[in-house]
Formats: sequence, C-alpha cells, structure tokens
Amino acid sequence: MTEKTQSTHQDAEVHVVKPPVYLAIFFALLVLTALTTGISFIDLGVFNAVIALAIACLKASLVVLFFMHIHYSSRLLKLTVAAGLFTFMLLISLTMTDYISRAWGMF
Amino acid sequence: MSTIVSLPDQSTAKLPAKSYLNQEYGLKSWLLTGDHKRIAMLYLFSITFFFVIGGVLAGLIRLELLTPPADLMATDTYNKVFSMHGIIMIFLFLVPSVPATIGNFLIPLMVGARDLAFPKINLLSWYLYMGGGLLVLATMVLGGVDTGWTFTTPLSTHYLNTHVVTAAMGIFLAGFSSIFTGLNFIVTIHRMRCPGMTWFRLPLFVWGHYATSIIMILGTPVLAITLVLVALERTMNIGVFDPSKGGDPLLFQHLFWFYSHPAVYIMILPGMAVISEVISTFSRKRVFGYTAVAFSSVAIAVFGFLVWEHHMFIMGVSQYSALVFSLLTMLVAVPSAIKIFNWSMTLYKGSITFETPMLYAFGFIGLFTIGGLTGIFLATLGMDVHLTETYFIVAHFHFVMVGGMLMAYLAGVHFWWPKMTGRMYPEAISKTAAVITFIGFIVTFFPQFILGYLGMPRRYAAYPADFQVLNVFSTAGASILGIGYLLPMLYLPWSLKYGEIAGDNPWQATGLEWQIQSPPLTENFSEIPIMDHEAYDYEWLANKTHHEVQTVG
Repeated sequence: MTEKTQSTHQDAEVHVVKPPVYLAIFFALLVLTALTTGISFIDLGVFNAVIALAIACLKASLVVLFFMHIHYSSRLLKLTVAAGLFTFMLLISLTMTDYISRAWGMF
Repeated sequence: MSTIVSLPDQSTAKLPAKSYLNQEYGLKSWLLTGDHKRIAMLYLFSITFFFVIGGVLAGLIRLELLTPPADLMATDTYNKVFSMHGIIMIFLFLVPSVPATIGNFLIPLMVGARDLAFPKINLLSWYLYMGGGLLVLATMVLGGVDTGWTFTTPLSTHYLNTHVVTAAMGIFLAGFSSIFTGLNFIVTIHRMRCPGMTWFRLPLFVWGHYATSIIMILGTPVLAITLVLVALERTMNIGVFDPSKGGDPLLFQHLFWFYSHPAVYIMILPGMAVISEVISTFSRKRVFGYTAVAFSSVAIAVFGFLVWEHHMFIMGVSQYSALVFSLLTMLVAVPSAIKIFNWSMTLYKGSITFETPMLYAFGFIGLFTIGGLTGIFLATLGMDVHLTETYFIVAHFHFVMVGGMLMAYLAGVHFWWPKMTGRMYPEAISKTAAVITFIGFIVTFFPQFILGYLGMPRRYAAYPADFQVLNVFSTAGASILGIGYLLPMLYLPWSLKYGEIAGDNPWQATGLEWQIQSPPLTENFSEIPIMDHEAYDYEWLANKTHHEVQTVG
C-alpha cells in the first residue's frame, strides 16, 4: 500500500519546465529542419536517406523527451514509450528478414 | 439436474430502487453519459446492429453458394457482399465485441473502482465507433467495396473503382475507438485497483483484457497509417506500394498483417477472459494454474506480434523469412494450449453444472481447439501452399472467430446478463439456443474443411458441381446457426420485462462485481471495497454467506 501511495505522490509532482528550455528545443528543431533542407541539395549517394532519417529521429526524440515531458516522467511512462519503440523495431527488423533475402528479380 | 442458481424469493423480490439504469432518464442522459455501464450498453446495442447486418450478408453468401453457378447475384456483387461481411464482422463486431461491451461494464467493477480512468474518452470512443460504422454503412449504400476486408494492393490502389477510401476512413475511425478503449483499460488496471487488489488477485478476465489492450494500443496505429497510405496511393499516386515508382505491394501486406494478425488476438483474448470466469464459476473451483493462465494471455499478446508473415507465405516473400515465421507461428500454440489444458484441469473433480454460459463455454473449448490446431496445419510451410486461399482457411478462422469468440461472447452476455439488467434470461430456451448454435456451427463450417482440402478456392461465387453436396450442408447449417443467433435476440429483450429477479449473486460467483446489487449503482460501490482474499476463493464466499445467514437469523 505504502508503495502505491508513494508512486501516486511522485506522479502528482508536476515538473515545471522553464520557458528557456522550450525555446532552446524549438530553435534546435528549426536548425535541424534547416539542416535537412540544406543537405538535400548535396548528393551523398546512399547516405541521402540515412542522414535525413537520422536528423528526423533526433528531432522526434527532442519532441518526445522535452515537449512531451518524458525526460522528467516516471519510469512507468518511460517504459510505455519504450514499448512503442520496441514494437516499431519488431516491425522493421522482422520485415527485414524478408527484404534482405527475397529472390529479387527471379520471378 | 443440479444447479447452482440461487434466486431470491420471487414473490417478494424487487429490483433495487436506485441503479445505473434509472438514475437519470431521457435520450440525453444516455448520449452524454460518462458512466462506463451505460456506455457498455450503447456499445451492446450498436454492435448487435452491425452483427445483424454482417449476418444477413453471410446469409447471402451461403445462399449464393447453395448452387454451383453464380446465379443469385452478379459475381462483382458477390465480391462486394463478402468484402462488406468481413469488414463489418471484424472491425465493427469482433474487435469491440467483448472488450467494449462486457469489458467496459466489468473492468471497473472487477478492480473495485467507481468508473474507468477516463470516462469522457470512453464516451468519445463510442462516438468514433459510430462514426466509423456510419462510414462503412455509407460505403455500402453508395455501392460497396470489393477488395475483401484485407484491402490488398495493388487491387485496392490501382484496379478497383469502388469506395475504398470511404471504407478505409471508416476503419481508421473505428481503430481509434479501440485505441481509446485499450488506453482506458490499461490506465484503470494500473492505477485504480482497490486496496488489497494486487496484480495476482485480479480475476483472469482483467488479465485477458490487459493483454488485449496492449495489442490495441501498439498495433492499431500501424493499421491506421497503412490505410492512410492506401488512400494517398489511390488519390495522389505517392508510389509507396507501386513497383513502377520504386514501391513494393508486399510492403502493404507486411504493414497490414502487422496489425491484423495481432488483431486476431484482440478478438480472441477477451473471449478467453470470459471463459476463465465461466469455467471457474460453474465448476466451483479456482482456475487451475492461475498464474500460468494470466501470463499466457500476455505471452499471446507478445508472440502475436511475431508471426504476421504466415499470411504471406505464398505471396513471394523470402523463403528464409518464411521459415522463421513458420517456426514463430508454432510458438503461439504453446500459450493457447496452456489455457485449454488449464481449463480442462479446472473442470477435473469440479462440481460441474450445465447452465447456459457453461454450455457456450464448452462449445468454445471444443471449437477453439479445432480452430487452433488447424492453424498449425496452415503454419506448416508445405501444407500452407496447398491449403491457403481455399475453404480450409475460411473454416479455420471461422472456427476460431465464430466457434471461439462468438461462443465466448454469448457465454459472457448470458453470464453477466443478470448483473447488467437485474433479471434472469429464460434458462430452458437459452440452453436450447446454445445447443442449436453449436450444431448449426458444426454443420456450417466442418464441411468447409473438406471443401478446402479438396481444393475449392475462397472468394468465388461459382464452383464445380462436384462440391455441391458439401456446400448444401454448409448452407443448411447456416440456417440452423441463424436460428441459434435469433433466439437470444428475442428472449433477452423479453427477459428485460418478464425475466425472474436475479438478486445480487445468482451464480454464487466470487468476483467483486457479484457482491454488489444487480443492476449496480451508478457509482458501483457505495464504499470502495477492500480485497482480502484471492480470486476465485469459493471458501471465502461460503464463509461470507454463512456469516450473513447467522447474523440475520
């Protein structure tokens, strides 16, 4: 019981994020957007998609961690987000079992 | 025959003066309610409505297949009929069937809470469901869709001129309704259990719904995105699924089945949850291997995400990959078997009685076992090449979905009907209905296994004359099955006025929901209960009842 009350208490404590943090993240997102746009003018071969996706992932992480407060949240909420990412990983990795070994061009 | 039903003296018994049903009156009090019990009732009416439509379409399919040539309807009409049957039955009936009605009603009662965590989101989920339902109806009125319920590309994106986008939008909305239901359940089960209600004192019904909710939340968004991609491909030719633009039609299959295979477990897990409660109550024993049954639900939810490619074995996927998925698919049989064996062990040396919910539960165990084991045939790579896209697969998933899930749903509706309405359904006629359903089901779907093995393909309006005898059996069985489903739709409304007064606990069951009045108060419990015993503790119940009698006497 005490454990339960404690965790309720913990969650009730709302972490107040100061406006400068939000502003910093906002500008970081703008810079990264500019970077994506800028880099699209340079042809990097196979790395075109890799870099664009890497920047997109970084931006998404910033949004989830700071705008959505996961950085300050309880472990249960962090686990919830991790569950989503884990499922996404399953989708990608098991789909890859097909794509990397399919009989391309043989049919 | 012995019975455990104990009803109050009918000459003096009365329904409780105040309950969730008469707290407020008028249409507005229902349409704007936040009460999980009323929302469950709204869902009950809505899914019954869609079940009737889906059922009529099924009747049309069987009627067409009574004779070998395509003579009742044009072949493209037939395509539309089976597509709409699939879409309505899966997205508008099976997915919300137990969770949104019985689960919605019972989860707060079983964990000892006054409502779900987010009552307004619960109501919103019903509106989204209705929105989705109306779009699907609109699709039907505007001329239907003939992609099959799977929206297979490039058929759905390039070759058909029917209402694919409207139907996809309907399913998109209905999908969000199920995400909201899942969200509500997870938060309620985590945060709103009453004092003393530890995870391993929860009824197995709650464990089953917890596992279901996990799939709903993690899987459904993938379906939503996939349908959006189909719509974009159709309207704007974005090329994700189009090989001429560098896309891949099989990518659609991967994404679609990544949701739709786990969705099979969204449909069956709540059914298994119902069966655990029913089997325990009518054999007067704690469910054998409680922990194993609880964790097998979670295991099914997890394994369910690892097997989707078995729907694609013949589509040209990599053979190595098919091998991996074939093996993983076999693994799902393990937790399902754990459940079946544990239920059987619960029956062993139990004081079994044969009330209607128990008859449906027996039907579930038998039919689900056949349905599950034929799944192993289909998971085997060599067999799958022969059997997939034939009537064998149609019989397989109808054994699981209709023989399993629909039986479980009816078991649940009968089992908790006294709690929902305060009145008993008529026992004799409902037992007859349960037996009719079972016989009708076997006669309808068993011949389809043989038809499929002989090579009759699914999704065709015409077939060679050699197959007619078995098809006539199947259609005759469907008529019997239809009567089996019609009966509850007649006697359950009848019982609302004329049924016997049920009292708090007609089955002598142990769940928290049975310790309060029927129908419950709007706030469920006048005092939040304290859980001081294990789930399915019949000794605790006997002591409690004994104590009550002594006090009164």
